[in-house]
Amino acid sequence: MIEQYRVVLRNCGVIDPDNLDDYIKQDGYQALGKVLTEMSPADVVDEIEGAGLRGRGGGGFPTGIKWKIAAQQENDTKYVVCNADEGDPGAFMDRSVIEGDPHSLIEAMTIAGYAIGASMGYVYVRAEYPLAIERLNRAICKAKEEGLLGDNIFGTDFSFDLQIKFGAGAFVCGEETSLIHSIEGYRGEPTTKPPFPAVEGLFGKPTIVNNVETFANVPAIILKGKDWFRSIGTKTSPGTKVFALAGKINNTGLIEVPMGTTINQIINEIGGGVPNGKKPKAIQTGGPSGGCIPVEYFNTAIDYESLKALESMMGSGGMIVLDEDTCIVDTAKFYLDFTVEESCGKCTPCRIGNKRLLELLETVTNGTADENTINDIRSLSQVIKDTSLCGLGQTSPNPVLSTLKFFPHEYKEHIEDKKCSAFVCKELYQYVINDTCVGCTLCAKKCPVNCIEGDKKEKHTIVQEDCIKCGKCFEVCKFNSVDRVPGGSNV
Amino acid sequence: MSKVNLTINGVSVEVEKGTTILEAAKSLDIGIPTLCYVDLEEFNVKNKVGSCRVCVVEVDGRNNLAPSCCTPCEEGMSVVTNSARVLHARRTILQLLLSDHPKECLTCKKSGECELQDLASEYRVHEIRYEGEESSYPTDRANKSIYRDPNKCIMCRRCETACNDMQKVGVLSGTERGFDAVVDTATHRALADTHCTFCGQCVSVCPTGALTAISYNQDIIEALADPSKVVIAQTAPAVRVAIGEEFGEEPGTISTGKMVAALKKLNFDYVFDTDFAADLTIMEEAHEMLERIKTGGELPILTSCCPAWVKLLEHQFPEMVKIPSSAKSPQQMFGAVTKHYWAKKMGVDPHNVVVVSIMPCLAKKYECAREEMKCDDIPDVDFVVSTRELAVLLKESGINMSNLKEQEYDNPLGESTGAAVIFGAAGGVLEAALRTAYEWFTGNELEAVDFEMVRGIDGIRTAEVDLNGTTIRVAQASGLGNARALLNKIKKGEETFHAIEIMACPGGCINGGGQPFIHGDTSIIKKRQQALYEIDSNEEIRKSHENPMIKKLYKEWLGTPGSHEAHKYLHTEYFERERT
Repeated sequence: MIEQYRVVLRNCGVIDPDNLDDYIKQDGYQALGKVLTEMSPADVVDEIEGAGLRGRGGGGFPTGIKWKIAAQQENDTKYVVCNADEGDPGAFMDRSVIEGDPHSLIEAMTIAGYAIGASMGYVYVRAEYPLAIERLNRAICKAKEEGLLGDNIFGTDFSFDLQIKFGAGAFVCGEETSLIHSIEGYRGEPTTKPPFPAVEGLFGKPTIVNNVETFANVPAIILKGKDWFRSIGTKTSPGTKVFALAGKINNTGLIEVPMGTTINQIINEIGGGVPNGKKPKAIQTGGPSGGCIPVEYFNTAIDYESLKALESMMGSGGMIVLDEDTCIVDTAKFYLDFTVEESCGKCTPCRIGNKRLLELLETVTNGTADENTINDIRSLSQVIKDTSLCGLGQTSPNPVLSTLKFFPHEYKEHIEDKKCSAFVCKELYQYVINDTCVGCTLCAKKCPVNCIEGDKKEKHTIVQEDCIKCGKCFEVCKFNSVDRVPGGSNV
Repeated sequence: MSKVNLTINGVSVEVEKGTTILEAAKSLDIGIPTLCYVDLEEFNVKNKVGSCRVCVVEVDGRNNLAPSCCTPCEEGMSVVTNSARVLHARRTILQLLLSDHPKECLTCKKSGECELQDLASEYRVHEIRYEGEESSYPTDRANKSIYRDPNKCIMCRRCETACNDMQKVGVLSGTERGFDAVVDTATHRALADTHCTFCGQCVSVCPTGALTAISYNQDIIEALADPSKVVIAQTAPAVRVAIGEEFGEEPGTISTGKMVAALKKLNFDYVFDTDFAADLTIMEEAHEMLERIKTGGELPILTSCCPAWVKLLEHQFPEMVKIPSSAKSPQQMFGAVTKHYWAKKMGVDPHNVVVVSIMPCLAKKYECAREEMKCDDIPDVDFVVSTRELAVLLKESGINMSNLKEQEYDNPLGESTGAAVIFGAAGGVLEAALRTAYEWFTGNELEAVDFEMVRGIDGIRTAEVDLNGTTIRVAQASGLGNARALLNKIKKGEETFHAIEIMACPGGCINGGGQPFIHGDTSIIKKRQQALYEIDSNEEIRKSHENPMIKKLYKEWLGTPGSHEAHKYLHTEYFERERT
């Protein structure tokens, strides 16, 4: 039986987030003390690099290397930025860390400042997280009062200050260059890399951007050492990962497990399996940049590489379980729709290409696709990946490509048979009343659009042109007289 | 600078570190298409936002394609610019752009000069594979100068760079997001309701028909055909050194005589020269400047010939609206003189006189419609035609300007000096004013008339001029961004000047918003500049106050510079305007 292993969430729910003493009792600020009094900045970078900590926000770039590049820049002004613009559908681990353990973020960012030679940090947090902002604000004030933040921390020469910046709800501001431009007061849209932020970032100065979960690992690594950290997880992906487990699963919520845990272990041992006796079909990981991993691969040990090999990615840790009632094309469409809404619109492939890709998927789900559609989808997806400016666009076709790869039959069924077996795509099925109908009139009474006709004690019929496929009749019929069958306006 | 070595399509090349792949390819004469990229080298302005993605190339070892316009060359890089993958990607990008673009190329105002159209033709985009919903935005033509059709915007952001980075006006920017993203004004206001100066630099750089000039060509054709009207053309200095480009002449070709001949072929009743009014402007401005210096009036005096600059001042520096010279611009002075002096002399009812200005400028369209730009309720100027629009008028009338025999301007309002013609290049107004002010202030003859230190299209120039023992400090700024920087220094007291010339367009009117498109080649602007100075140096009379017709005008009508009569017809006032 796999057990959760808490590094990032070590204090969440354990301490009072507004009580600094509580945090200190859990070894809080000891790592910072150790860093400032026993370690050189280079030692800190080495420790993080040696631990093999990788960015928990998406791409998994080695944090130590990012820090090292920034540390190597000769510049008297550098910045530490925390990306708390958590935006993946369903993910809320960053919010939980800030709400439950705000001092760990402050401590980690200060350590990072010391490591790279920065004296200023920004936490870019979405304005939709008022409680997190409130608690972080209080924690910052308290830390300053106690000399743990601000000038001459722990009485040393090192000074570091933190400021909170609010994000206005643009998903693309989770992309580091967009985030930086947003802090600078510009439109939140990305710019080409290089230059990388570690060389030329906020206000043109060397800047490291790490997400909340990444930072939350730092004090633990400093205190317990890189070897301890490497003893958790897999060779290429040491440590733990927090996942937001959601969808068709009995136990939903945040979980933290060592890297290398299998999908099966998460779903069955921690998640308690799929409810209502349904079979799992896939899990979606990596949010709008990720993909759907089919049940055949549920014994995969999760790390950055294994997810990538399955056309998905770690992302920030969204993990949504899909059961047999899920339409995979509809799922791909859902994620793409999200990207189309959240694209900043700067580059052509993301602005127009994703819109066209979504329109192609819509033809699949509404029964108007033809024999060229799959080729068009593949071809356009490849160009979008090849030519988009930032990570958002470069990964936006992933949910489509991964589902095309693992569930080609579902696409084929939609296109060739005009059928959605999961009865999700409304244009591809209809409700009909069969001969067992006794004319009880219940369905007609419940129908919100009054499209069921028939006299009392006579067989009723559904006027298809008016039906909105809400399924109310199907639900309420006590005689199993309403059938859901393939077919529809475009079929 | 350290060097890096790379190969492009198998050819080795050594370039300076920081060079982009696009620039390196150019040095090997390898063509890579671009749309959003533009390099206004002489003005130190680049749009390299990497948004259109048509310039992508394949870089060995890189997962995705690289935008060559903003990817620096690295040591050992191996680049392929024409692989099947690259060409497919570029063609798809073009198809995507066209899928959200009105299919009205044949009737588009930009047809024939549209960079998207050119590229679609070059890449033989014969079908649009991905069609779907098209954007729908309201158009804006509620002003006299600029027509905006955001449906044709391809988000290249060139206009934004021109408006924000170069001109520092800040009216245009990316708005909305995703498929709805478009360059627009804040809160989608009409340009007329913003602090837009109508300088037209956005129009100059727009690759498509999203930003174009508002044309009055049809009104002019009708006026020319109306026997009851006396239709007068006045031609601004900068037009004569640019119009030739529209007829295939080399940039910098001086086309004065041919242009006059062409206008006569168009049946203008009289073809006069704005240069005449430029000399007149100098009389009034130099007089005003010396008055202020002598009487301790407000300094520096700022030139007021450029309406876009005047509008910037009214919006952004309202506390300074009293500083510019009250002299009207040459275009407006010309109109006033024509309708209230020349018409009377000719026995023509000024109401029947139609003054058409041929201008390098789009703001002039706005200027002539300003409420106060009229005398006795008769507007000074009726219509403004840009250099580009003149070419259209000529071409549709079947007039090939290049083949015409040169003709002279009509008199008396065609007489001008070398001082007037240099109004078209940054620093020219200041130099012309100095030539006259020197002689008036010192009473001595100015022998060396070339004030080279104030010439230049590179932004800001400052100089000290010795007026026989009295030193005056002068400056010129071209480009509204430079103008703002200079004014801010004056506001803070960091710099003091006696006189400043400001031109809204970088380089002056030779680079006006109505000039032939340069498609990013700013060396063309230099050639136009050189041509103007060549005209000046070949003139016999090079000081405005020596223009015999100007002398006659004062003798017969105005009396002296700054007189009551001069103020009534040749001067104006400025207003504090809101900053949006």
